[in-house]
Amino acid sequence: MTSTVDTPADASRPAPPSGLVAVARAPGWVRYALLAVGLAVAAWLPNGLYPAVAVDILCWALFAVAVDLLLGFTGLMSFGHAAFWGTSAYVTGLVAIHAGLPFPLAVLAGALAAAVLAVPIGYLAVKRTGIYFAMVTLAFAQMVYYVANEWRSVTQGENGLQGVPREFFGADLTDDYYFYYAILPIVLLGLAAAWRIVHSPFGRVLVGIRDNPARARALGYPVHRYKLTAFVLSGFIAGLGGGLFAVGHRFVSLDVLHWTTSGKAVIVVVLGGIGTLWGGVLGAAIVVRLEDWLSFSGFEAIGLVTGGIFVLVVVLFRRGIWGSAATLAQRLAARRW
Amino acid sequence: MSGFAQNTFNGLVSGAFYALLALGLAVIFGMLRVVNFAHGAFYMLGAFGAYVLLTEAGVPFWAALVIMPVGLGLLGMALERAVIHRLTKLDPLYNFLLTFGLTLILQDLVKLRYGVQSSPYATPSGLSGTVNFGLFDFPTYRVFILGFAVLLCVAVWWVLTRTRIGMVVRASTERPDLTRAFGIDVGRWVTPVFGFGIGLAGLAGVLAAPMRAVNPLMGADLIIVVFAVVVIGGLGSIFGSVAAGFGIGLVQAWGEAYLSHFPIVSQTIVFIVMAGVLLWRPAGLFGREEAPA
Repeated sequence: MTSTVDTPADASRPAPPSGLVAVARAPGWVRYALLAVGLAVAAWLPNGLYPAVAVDILCWALFAVAVDLLLGFTGLMSFGHAAFWGTSAYVTGLVAIHAGLPFPLAVLAGALAAAVLAVPIGYLAVKRTGIYFAMVTLAFAQMVYYVANEWRSVTQGENGLQGVPREFFGADLTDDYYFYYAILPIVLLGLAAAWRIVHSPFGRVLVGIRDNPARARALGYPVHRYKLTAFVLSGFIAGLGGGLFAVGHRFVSLDVLHWTTSGKAVIVVVLGGIGTLWGGVLGAAIVVRLEDWLSFSGFEAIGLVTGGIFVLVVVLFRRGIWGSAATLAQRLAARRW
Repeated sequence: MSGFAQNTFNGLVSGAFYALLALGLAVIFGMLRVVNFAHGAFYMLGAFGAYVLLTEAGVPFWAALVIMPVGLGLLGMALERAVIHRLTKLDPLYNFLLTFGLTLILQDLVKLRYGVQSSPYATPSGLSGTVNFGLFDFPTYRVFILGFAVLLCVAVWWVLTRTRIGMVVRASTERPDLTRAFGIDVGRWVTPVFGFGIGLAGLAGVLAAPMRAVNPLMGADLIIVVFAVVVIGGLGSIFGSVAAGFGIGLVQAWGEAYLSHFPIVSQTIVFIVMAGVLLWRPAGLFGREEAPA
């Protein structure tokens, strides 16, 4: 059972526009400057935004980076990452409610549960590539959704898990402003881990598999095992985000497992720029902020706007924000002044 | 025994909807290499359109059964010309994302106008009541759906295998370059085939209106099950998609009847079957193995 099936279209599959090369080529001082700006913005964020929104942005940033790890750097579009985000949210919520652990440990438990779930789903899904991979992951995520919906004794069904505590050695984190700074280190660790994975030899092999799976196999790399490992790591990072999201909202609803959540994660990545890693963070900030603004102004058909963004980005703006910026910067740098 | 027959019959009826939707998906995929996420949304539009035509214009079921598929088919063709064909040269994932976005838009447009509550649609006159074939009383309308869907699938199969148009479409699907070399304009067939697939989804929607709750979200959950169905059948195989559609309908109905003590299993049985198929035959039961990547 080692056969992988590809759609014929996969053979001529263009590599996703990758900012990886552009960023790697940027001079050191540019990268450090960007990093400094990013950290400064992260440190300032809850002062400029409603803190609850800033917390959501952090969680979604992790989610987006997890999806991009697969989509941008392994060439696998998971359309079912809500399974990991949501499973972790539920496990985190249950652990926090019943065991009363400090929230970082509860989140860790949730993320580990997500990673464990990612093993069987990933094992089955990596047997297919391209569009089939998207359909298979979507279907399995829907399965997890149905299970959560039916397993009411544990998940409380449609009522959701109420009252997830923000326990942290007795510290008062009820204010979202302080909670933001409490989770910021965890989020930065998750983002750094993703960066580390992408820039490791392992990550280079993933990119090789993305661009030319047949060649990677010919060179002796166990392609399926690499894809599965990437899938599990991605599930873990998505789980970190989902767990923090549960603690942040003090509530877990079935929405966290819904297919629209998976789709939103993908569009956040495409908007930010596939294969750019940090583009997903930008995309998360924009989409979360926009949705908050829309629901605040009483606009009910949010799907109209998210769907519209989807269509526009896919038709006109496939490089995404970060990808476009990187290309532009590269062109400017190549010009003789 | 009559209980078993009843479950089997109900399974075939829900399988008929899967089969019609999977058939449209497979035809579109074959011609355009596009997995149309919006297929469920068009099914919903078919049902909603029939409902709106009846309540706001008094158009009866039988007229809606013609108007909606044709109208939605034309809308689909316009959509294909306007956006989808711009992306067919790229990775198929982009069209998947595009149609996902369209799904959100279509759903919310309907939601904005009609809300999320379900609307009833009366069983068309002449199809109410039951038919007795000996074992138990079959609802006439369901017998009609099953017969209609089977006829339609046979008709599509006949067109694809026995007519010139069908041969051109199949040839363009399997070997577009070679077909072009024979002097056939492949591109000309892309838009009608897309419209046809969408029309099938709309037709399934109209058929569903008297039987299922008509609401803006009725297509969304269904389409994910249909994705599992085409993964099981093999998306490249039109016959496989239809067979898997009926098969999954059966398995689901039996699961709900005989595994009702395990709601988690009976609700997710489609996905369990899909997992099994992926283990055993990753290309799908009727799919062809392609060269390994």
